[in-house]
Amino acid sequence: MTKVPVQMTVNGEERAEFVDSGMTLLKFLRDKIGDLTAKAGCLQGTCGTCTVLIDGEPRLACITLVEDCRGGTIETVAGLAADAELHPLQQALLDHFAAQCGFCTPGMLMAAKALLDSNPHPDRAEVEDALSGNICRCTGYEPIIRAVLSVSTSNARRDTAERGAV
Amino acid sequence: MAKQRGRGVAAVNYPTGMNLGGDPTQALVHSTPTGNFIVSLSSVDLGQGIKSVVAQICAETLGVPTERVIVDTADSDTGPHCMGTFASRGTHRAGNAVIAAAKEARAVMLEVAADMLEVDSRDLRTDGAGNIHIVGVPSKSVSVTDVALAAHFQQGRSISGRGMFFIPRSYPSPTDGAMKPSTCYAHACTIAEVEVDTETGEVAVLSLKSVYEVGRALNPKMVEQQLVGGTWMGVSHALYETTEPYYPARDHACRDFNEYLMLGIGDLPKTEIRVIERPAPDGPFGAKGLGEMCANAPIPAVANAIFDAVGVRVDSLPISPEKILRALLAKESSAAGIIG
Amino acid sequence: MEISKSYFADERHGDFKEIGQSRQRSDTAGHVRGITPFYADRRFPGLLHLRMVRSPHHHARILRIDTTAAERHPGVKRVITAKDVPHNVYTVLSLINIGPEDEPVLAFDKVRWLGEPVAAVVADSERSAHEAAASVRVDYEELPAVFDVEDALKPGAPLVNEYHGQNYYRYDSGASRKVRLGDVEAGFQKADHILEERYDSSPIEHAPTETTGCIAVPDQNNRLTCYTGTQAIFFTLDNASIILDVPGQRLHFVGGTAGGGFGGKVDCTVEPITLLAAMLTGRPVAFIYNRYEEMQISSARAAERIYIKDGLTKDGRIVARRVRCYVDSGAYSRHSPYGAQKAAAHFPGPYTIPNVEIDCYCVYTNRTPSSAMRGFGVTIADFALEVQMDKLARLVAMDPLEFRFINAYRDGDMKAHRQLTEGAALIECMQEASAWANWPVDSRYLKMSSRERKG
Repeated sequence: MTKVPVQMTVNGEERAEFVDSGMTLLKFLRDKIGDLTAKAGCLQGTCGTCTVLIDGEPRLACITLVEDCRGGTIETVAGLAADAELHPLQQALLDHFAAQCGFCTPGMLMAAKALLDSNPHPDRAEVEDALSGNICRCTGYEPIIRAVLSVSTSNARRDTAERGAV
Repeated sequence: MAKQRGRGVAAVNYPTGMNLGGDPTQALVHSTPTGNFIVSLSSVDLGQGIKSVVAQICAETLGVPTERVIVDTADSDTGPHCMGTFASRGTHRAGNAVIAAAKEARAVMLEVAADMLEVDSRDLRTDGAGNIHIVGVPSKSVSVTDVALAAHFQQGRSISGRGMFFIPRSYPSPTDGAMKPSTCYAHACTIAEVEVDTETGEVAVLSLKSVYEVGRALNPKMVEQQLVGGTWMGVSHALYETTEPYYPARDHACRDFNEYLMLGIGDLPKTEIRVIERPAPDGPFGAKGLGEMCANAPIPAVANAIFDAVGVRVDSLPISPEKILRALLAKESSAAGIIG
Repeated sequence: MEISKSYFADERHGDFKEIGQSRQRSDTAGHVRGITPFYADRRFPGLLHLRMVRSPHHHARILRIDTTAAERHPGVKRVITAKDVPHNVYTVLSLINIGPEDEPVLAFDKVRWLGEPVAAVVADSERSAHEAAASVRVDYEELPAVFDVEDALKPGAPLVNEYHGQNYYRYDSGASRKVRLGDVEAGFQKADHILEERYDSSPIEHAPTETTGCIAVPDQNNRLTCYTGTQAIFFTLDNASIILDVPGQRLHFVGGTAGGGFGGKVDCTVEPITLLAAMLTGRPVAFIYNRYEEMQISSARAAERIYIKDGLTKDGRIVARRVRCYVDSGAYSRHSPYGAQKAAAHFPGPYTIPNVEIDCYCVYTNRTPSSAMRGFGVTIADFALEVQMDKLARLVAMDPLEFRFINAYRDGDMKAHRQLTEGAALIECMQEASAWANWPVDSRYLKMSSRERKG
C-alpha cells in the first residue's frame, strides 16, 4: 500500500503523518491521531455523525480523503471547549437536555458551529437547514434546535448590547 | 387539489417490564470513606438516562444530594445481574432494586451516626443536604462525610446494601390465556392535527397534543426528553419508516439512510406534552415505564386524522403518499360510479 | 411540559428532595465533549477485523462451502465456519427455558433468509477481510421461499424452519397464544353492528445512529473481554458462554452507553462469533455492522397482520371482540414467541369488553428474523385497535373520544387475560386531552373516573 505524506492543522495543532493513499479523514482522525469525537455512523455520508469543519465549512469526514485536506484547518469537537470552559453551543445542549445517547451530538455540534460562525443570529429555518444533514433517533430534534436558537438569541443580544455601547 | 386538515385521537396503555423469567434486576450500594455512594448495576444506558435517574432514586432513599451518588454500570465484573434495558423496565426494576439496597445502606449509616451522637437511630433525620441530625434538634448533627469516615476508620462498619427486584413468572393458561403480564400500566391520549395534500398524498403533521400518565415523573426534563423523542419516532413510523416498502415482497428493501425514510428536522410537528401521575404501588416512588409507550399513540392518532381530513383509510403502515393517492383515486372513482 | 397535579392528588404522597427535580444528567457533559465511550471508541494494538459471508438467497440448501481462496488471501488470519462453533445452535431465550433452539450461529445445511451468516473472515485490515469474504465460494441449491404470513401457514407452503417442524411457533395452547373470555359468538349475536377489518404493517428498523457491533479482546488471566453496544450485558454473556462452551467466569462484558438501542441490540448476534474469533486467533477482533447490515441484517420490528371483528351495540358498547394477529417472526424465533404473547396480553386494548377471543401467531417466513423493538408486541396492535375504535365510533355516529369514554377500562374491571384492572388512568388522560386540545365531550364524560364504574 502506497504511503503518502499529509500535513494539516487539527484543532490548532499541526499534524504531519504518513498515511495509506485513499485513507478517509474520519479514519485519519480516529485511528491515526486518536481523536474519537467524530463518529462512524454509516461510512457513506448519509448520517452526519462524522461532521467536522474543514476551513470553516461543515464536511463529512467519512467520505473526504485526508489527502485532499493537505494544508487545511480541521476542527472537531475535541477542540471546541476552550480548556475547562465549554463552548456556548456545548453549554446550550447541556442546559436544554438536548442529548440522550450522545452519538449524534458531535456531528450536530460541528454543523451548528459552522452555521453560527458564519451567521451568528440564525432563525429557526436556518438552524433546521444547517442540521438537516444530521440524523438523530433519540431526541426528536426539537431540544437541539432550541439549544442552537438559544445561542443565536444570546448572540443577537450581545451584538445589540455592543452596538448600544458604541 | 387542495390541502385539507383533519384531526384524530388515540388512547392507549402500556405495560412496564416483562413476564419472562422473573424479570430480575439486582443492585448494590456502598459508601466511600468520605460519604459518596456508589451504585453498582449492570443495566445499560441507551441514552434514556438510567444512570442519572437511578442516582436520584438512590439519593432520595439515602437522604443525600444526587451529586453524592455515582452510578457504575454495564460491567459484568462489577455489577450484579440485570436482565437488560428494554421493555420499559429499566427505571422500574433497577429503581426498585436500588431503593432496597439504599434502604439497607441508610440503616447502617444511621446506626453509625446514632453511635456518634449517642442516640437511637430512630431519632435521626437526614436533611437531604449532606447532614444527619437529631429530630427536633437540628444543631445536634453530623455530616454524612464524617459518618462515613467514622464507619470506615473507627467503627469498622460497612455502609452498604443489597437489593433485588423480582416478580414470579406468570405462565399463561393454555386454554384461556389467563396470565399476569405486568403489574403496572402507563397511559396516553394523543390528539393529532394533520394537513393532507390531495395532489401529492403527502401528509404534514401540524401538531400533536399528548397527555401521558406516567406514575411519577422522577426527573421531569428527562421524562420530557423521552416523550418528545418517542412522539417523533411514532410519527416517523406512521408516515415513513419501513425496511420493506413492498412487504411482503422483499423487493427494493432499504439498504441505507438514502432509502430508509424518516421524519426530517424540517417537518417537525408542534409537539406538546402534558403529564399526569397516578403512582404505581410497586413503582420506585410510583414511577411507571414510559420509554416505549410514547411512540405508540401518535401512530393511530395520525391515521385517524388523515381520515378526518380526506375521508380515506389507509390501514397499512407506513401511510405513504402513494397509498393515500390510491385511496383517494379509488374513492373518487367509486363516487363517480354512483353519480354516473 | 406541564404536570397536571389535580388528578389522583390523594394518591400522590411524598415530600421529596431529589425525586421530581430536573437534575442535570450525569452523561450529557461527556456527550457534548465527545468523550462518552461507545464500544468502538477503543483502540487495541494488533486489532483484527471480522467480515461475514452472507447468504445471497432467501432460501437455499448449502451444498458446499469453499474457503480455500479466503484462507490464502493476504492478511487473513482465520476463516470460521459452522464446524468451528462449539455449540452452533443458539436461541436467545433458551436461558429462561424457552425453546426449541432454532438458529445456527453460522449456517451449515441451509440458509433461510437473505443475509444469513455462513462464514466469518478474520483479517488484519478491513480491506483484506472484505476482499477475502468476497472470495469465499458457497454452492447453493435454491429453494422456494415464502414471504407472506398467511401463505406460510397454508398446507404445502415451503417449510422455513425445520427446528420447529412447521412455520409457526407451537405454544402450549397450540398454533397461537390464545386468550378466551366469555363467548364471542353469543356477543356477535347480541350486537347491532358487526365490523370486520384488517390491518397491516411492514418491518421497521431501529436504525440507531451507532451500528451494532463489538470488540472482543483476549485479556488478563486467560479471560476475554467483550466491549459491546448490547442492551443486555448478562443475557449476551450467558448466551456467548453456551455457544462457545466456555465457562462464564472467563468472559467479561463491558458496555458503555449504547448509541441508541430501541430493542435492536438485544439479539446477541455479534458477540459470540467475535469472541470465538478472538479465542481462535489470540488477537483482539472487531465486528462492526456497516449501515447495510444494520438496515437489513440486524433484526427489525416484526411486520404484523391483524384481523379484528367487533360486535357493537347501537349505544356504543363493544360487546364482543375477536382478534387474529399474525406476527412475522422471519426465519427464526429470536424474541418473537414472547412478542406475540405480549400482543395477546395487550389485546383487546384498555377497554372493558365482556366477550373476547384472541389468537396471536408467531409465524416463520424467509426474511430477516424480526425481534424486539420499541413497543414490542404493542405498537402495531395499538395502530389497529385505535383505528378500529375510530371506525366503530363513526359507525354509530358517535364522537370518537366519547366512544372511548364509554368503553374505557376502570379499576376492578376484568381484563381478557383474567386480571382485574388496577391503576387505570385512561379516562383522566382523555379528559385532560379533551379540555386542552379543545375537543369537547359531553359533561357526563368529564365526571367519569378510572376509580369507579358509573355510567
